[in-house]
Parts: sequence; structure tokens; C-alpha cells
Amino acid sequence: MLWITCPRCGRRPVEEFGFGGELRGVPERITDPAERDVDYAWMYDNVHGITSERWFHRAGCRRWLTLSRDTVTDTVTG
Amino acid sequence: MNEFVERQLTLQWHEPKKSYDVVIIGGGGHGLATAYYLAARHGIKNVAVLEAGYIGSGNSGRNTTIIRANYGIPEAIRFYQHSLDLYQTLEDELSCWVMYSTKGIIWLAHTETQMRAERARCLLNVACGAETVMVTPQEAKELCPQLDLSGGGRYPVMGASYHPAAATARHDRVVWAYAQGAMRHGVHVLQHRTVTGLLRDGVRVSGVETSAGPISAGVVLSAVGGNVSTIAAHADVRLPIRTHPLQAFVTNAHEQGFGPILSDTELLCYVSQSARGEMVIGAEYDPQPSYSLRSSFNFLQSCASKVTHLLPFLRDLRILRQWAGICDISADFSPIMGATGVDGFLVTTGWGTWGFKAIPAGGEQMAELIATGRTPELVERFGLDRFAADRAMADQGSAGTH
Repeated sequence: MLWITCPRCGRRPVEEFGFGGELRGVPERITDPAERDVDYAWMYDNVHGITSERWFHRAGCRRWLTLSRDTVTDTVTG
Repeated sequence: MNEFVERQLTLQWHEPKKSYDVVIIGGGGHGLATAYYLAARHGIKNVAVLEAGYIGSGNSGRNTTIIRANYGIPEAIRFYQHSLDLYQTLEDELSCWVMYSTKGIIWLAHTETQMRAERARCLLNVACGAETVMVTPQEAKELCPQLDLSGGGRYPVMGASYHPAAATARHDRVVWAYAQGAMRHGVHVLQHRTVTGLLRDGVRVSGVETSAGPISAGVVLSAVGGNVSTIAAHADVRLPIRTHPLQAFVTNAHEQGFGPILSDTELLCYVSQSARGEMVIGAEYDPQPSYSLRSSFNFLQSCASKVTHLLPFLRDLRILRQWAGICDISADFSPIMGATGVDGFLVTTGWGTWGFKAIPAGGEQMAELIATGRTPELVERFGLDRFAADRAMADQGSAGTH
């Protein structure tokens, strides 16, 4: 992955951005509130495929954006 | 694996059976070492190791082969020191040359903060049985004459910690040695068998679904590197793991004479010389999780720029090849070994960028765990349940790169 299109600054090199983590939820099948807390605090989906995630444009507008990326090919898909 | 290598080893390939006592997913160092110790120490020989590619084709064949024990938390120091002890006698144990070579690692500090961190590391290491000492810049220069103490004018060396027992070994040979040892005891190693799912008997895991049909098992151990979240998801197990690529490169051959391993926390890079004379150079893992094995020019550029500040002679060398491996990085930068909460399914994972040095101890301890059903004392703090119990084993400082 080399480039990210920032909605405010346009197409910029990936080095300007900081990875902010995947957008994720706790699976529905986990019902116990304490287990849901543990899952929320620690566990990752670690998606093998297309994932939605947050990035921070630290060397640009210094604001957050959401993009989808294919983790298998490491390319931005939207 | 090519024919030349096959002739050097006695590897016996077997026809797969329908059922085994233990099925290990992943024919890398950890999987094969676990199989070896199960058969050799515990007499459990009805074991299969399933490998999607060829043995050692994953991270076992992609790492930069550094073996050391100078970690940052007591449990990790004891564990890796035990692994280092096992490595030192590995060639006798397996009757196979693994090119083990003691080199010593110099960990450079450029700031007062880093000096404090290195002093703390020395004290903790010595207290836990791993020898690490502080050295002055001049002593570091004596250990590594090629080092530029001014750091190219940008990163002056204030001191360093020195861990004399650090070593390297030939990564493929370690894998082959364990494969040969395990096969001699009757372990089946099945190459080109991709695990596509886990067989369930109620909640219990009772075997694996593979690209060539199902195999039932009393215990299934996931020793995969890079795809553990996918395997665990088949058993509805959630893991605190993200998979990041780690890149490295080697230069063309240089005359032998670069003795130690040189490492740097501030620059996040490390250098050693292989037996062929190539300079092996690595850095931290990529910031975003990915399963891509693609190398990047950005990495080459930034890493080369950093190491040439410390070792000016590298500027005259050419880059021979670069590659990437995908590392399972756990949330607290420590490995995860043992039960998953699902009966019949165990994991040894979270080996991130530090798995090669742990192969003998990781295999030995997992074998003991499977054979006795109890978690050995050495690894009891590395269970998956530590996250729910709020007993995470944070150790990023000493595990971030290699």
C-alpha cells in the first residue's frame, strides 16, 4: 500500500498517515457482559480480506478518515 | 525442499492415516519441535504435522535467525533463556548440524532515556539468569570495529547493553533437524495439506478438515504463523492477535569479520552477518496489519538509511534480495500458549517477530502440556486466559523487532 486518498487533502503517500485500528464490534454470540468487555478490550477480528479501518492523517489535515482495505493484497478498496 | 537437501537428511514421508492422537497444524519450527518432543520425551508417536506448503516455508524460513534471551519481563527472560540453553545442545540432541554460532548482541543507546532502559534490562536479565552487561562506547567499538560511534553525526552512541550468549542458527536446518528427529520417531509430516476447517463434536474439536479429506484427532494444536485467527475462528475462538508483515533484506557477500549482532531500539533496526557473508538487515514490522508478503521500496530506503548511519561500510554493498514474513503480533507482545477454552483445541501463537528463538522451548513446553494435560510452570503465565484475568504480559520494548 503506497497511497491513501484523504477526503480533504487528496491522494497522499501512506507515510503521512497513522493506522488507527479496525472498525469492529463484539460478536453477537458472546452474551455474557463480562466476556463482551474482554472481547471489546483485547480481541481483534484480524480480517483476512476486506476490512474497514480508521486512519489518521498526522502529517496533513490531522483529522480521521475511514477507508476499506484488502488485507490480503494490502490495497485500498474504497 | 530440493533434492540436494533431501540427500543430506533422512526424511521419511508417510501415507496419511484417518486418525491420530495429536494433529498439529503448521509444519514450521514450533509445530515440528512439538511433534519431536511429544514422540521423543513423552512416547506419543501417533502424531501428524500438517503443512499447507512445504516444511519451513512460512515464518520459519523467513525470519532473521536471531537467538537471544535479553527480554524485559521476568517470565519471558526465563523462558527464552531456557530456549537458548536448549539451542546450545540442539545439535547433539538431534544429531544434525544447525550451524549454531554464538555471536553476542550489542544493543545501542543514543539517549539518556535509552541508557536507563538498557541499564534496567541488564539488572533484570542478570536477576533472572540471563547474562547482560552495560558496555561503554569504546568497548562496543572493540566488539564491533565497523561501528561508527558518532552514528554518522546524527546518532552518537552513549553506551550499549551486551548480551554475550546471543547467537544465530541456520533457520531451515533447525526446521529440517526437528522434522528428521520427529520422523525417526514415527511422526507423520504431511506437506501440501491445507487445513480448511475444524471438525466439531458438539463444542469439542475432534479433528481437522483438510484439502484432501478429514482427519480426526484427540487433540488439535494450531502452530501456524500468520493465519492463526482464521484457524481459531473455525472453533469460535477469538484471539488478541493482529497479523503484520515484517520486512528484511540481505546485501551481497562481504568478507567475514562482522562478529556480533548489532541492534538499535531508537532506529528500530538490527544487523548480523550470515555464514555466507551476507549482511542480514531487518527492522520493525509494518504499522498496518496485512497478510501481504510484498516488500516495499519505502522500507528498503528508510532501513538502509538508518543502518548506514551506524555502519558506514554498508554503503559500499549492494542489496541482494528482500522479503517479508507475516507475524502474529499479540496485544501485549508476548506469546500465547495453551488452552483456548474449547476442549481439544490448543494454540501456540503470538510468536510475532520473536518466534525462531523460542522454537526448542516452545515445542518442549507445548509437548509437555499435551502429554500431561497440565500447563508447565515455565509457560503458565502465557495462557490465553491472561487477558480476561487482566494479567497481560506487556513487553513491547524488547520484542518489537527481532
